[in-house]
Amino acid sequence: MTQPLGLLAELTHRCPLACPYCSNPLVLESRTDELDTATWSRVFQEAAAMGVLQVHLSGGEPAARRDLREIVAAARDAGLYTNLITSAIGLDAVRLAGLQKAGLDHVQLSIQDIDAGSADRIAGYGGAHVRKLAFARHVVQLGLALTVNTVIHRANIGNTPALVALAAELGAGRIEVAHAQYHGWALRNRDALMPTAEQVFRAMEQVEPLRAAYSDRLVIDLVVPDYYASQPKPCMGGWARRSLNVTPAGRVLPCHAAETIPGLEFWSVRDRDLAEIWSQSPAFQAFRGTEWMREPCRSCDRREIDFGGCRCQALAIAGDAREADPACALSPYHARMQDLARPVQHDAPLTYAYRGRPAA
Amino acid sequence: MAVERGTQDDSHPRLAPGVRLHFDKARDGWVLLAPERVIEAEGPAHEILRRCDGKRSVADIVDELATLYVEDRAVIEGDVVAMLAELVAKRLILNGP
Ligand code: SF4
Ligand code: SF4
Repeated sequence: MTQPLGLLAELTHRCPLACPYCSNPLVLESRTDELDTATWSRVFQEAAAMGVLQVHLSGGEPAARRDLREIVAAARDAGLYTNLITSAIGLDAVRLAGLQKAGLDHVQLSIQDIDAGSADRIAGYGGAHVRKLAFARHVVQLGLALTVNTVIHRANIGNTPALVALAAELGAGRIEVAHAQYHGWALRNRDALMPTAEQVFRAMEQVEPLRAAYSDRLVIDLVVPDYYASQPKPCMGGWARRSLNVTPAGRVLPCHAAETIPGLEFWSVRDRDLAEIWSQSPAFQAFRGTEWMREPCRSCDRREIDFGGCRCQALAIAGDAREADPACALSPYHARMQDLARPVQHDAPLTYAYRGRPAA
Repeated sequence: MAVERGTQDDSHPRLAPGVRLHFDKARDGWVLLAPERVIEAEGPAHEILRRCDGKRSVADIVDELATLYVEDRAVIEGDVVAMLAELVAKRLILNGP
């Protein structure tokens, strides 16, 4: 069994933003169920002892937790590389400097689009964009490492080069150009988010020239779009191989969307040690390795490369988490997945269902 | 912002912001930690990286490693410059004047 390298710590599901591509579940865990500081601290120690090197403090918006500074300090105390994934809302320069003192290694900031009007509409929060730009400048001024994360979908896909330029101008060292993945709220909003095939191909063609143009300033990491792919991504580097998620209430998941798969039993850090959960929890064992596979994966020579792709996508589109990821051209459901992208060609109005708000 | 330049004898390499050297107890070895990246840094790689402090020049680092490994300076220089150039290209090391 491999040792995990990364821990995604979902500190809270609370978030002032309401991005329509959010991969959080439709039913969010409440504040009263959230783990306390001491429990997170114990989880970080257990994670480090079992080989985890990096923790991603995520949410929701981690800044919604008043004990964020103590949580950062606990993560660093455990020896973990500490990455804060934030929307910037609720983090001013003073609070940020406190996090830096507590040992924060890296900040990942989401940016929704290049202009405030569109960006704030996507985030469902007026005034978010200008705050993000100011926050990015604080991060860089403090000498902290900054990654800009931008989720790409129909409303902003034409702006990929301008988003890269914005990240460079802000002084980021890295940008993630992440084509939307359809889990949680994103699945609910798929028709409004899905770009056309032509838009996707154009955006993909732009990446290599951008990498060359910015090679002295910016690393560009790309998350490729699944719906127009022919080979799946090795989701999470393979189920239960490299990383684990802890939800705000303490349930431990092999991947962010794993709770959508019916019949999986998740264990909680409230009841057990993280190492025991990693090695024995039924949810982790369910798709670990290649034993669980059916054809076409079972006899495929890529089975140790992509591990059959994403289980949650197999469930969402093929109707069974044991199927090959339908992003794979060898999947009998591949055509169905392509059909799901097609009806959106493309005058469907951009109306989003925002999380936490009544549907428009 | 530091002046960006190639890896030369008189440049002063340092780890980029958000990059740090860490001893991985679980795997009993040194690693370089960076955003979304973990890179093994054992043996000579560790000896080079721990000297990338923005104070030592490339020439200093080469001198120290030549002494440490009792090896011909020219050989060490080739290895050090090649490794630093690769890490500069990956934005893990910055070269200051
Ligand atoms: S994707 Fe948007 S709504 Fe979801 S947690 Fe992140 S910032 Fe909040
Ligand atoms: S058949 Fe399965 S293992 Fe082979 S490429 Fe497709 S998803 Fe991957």
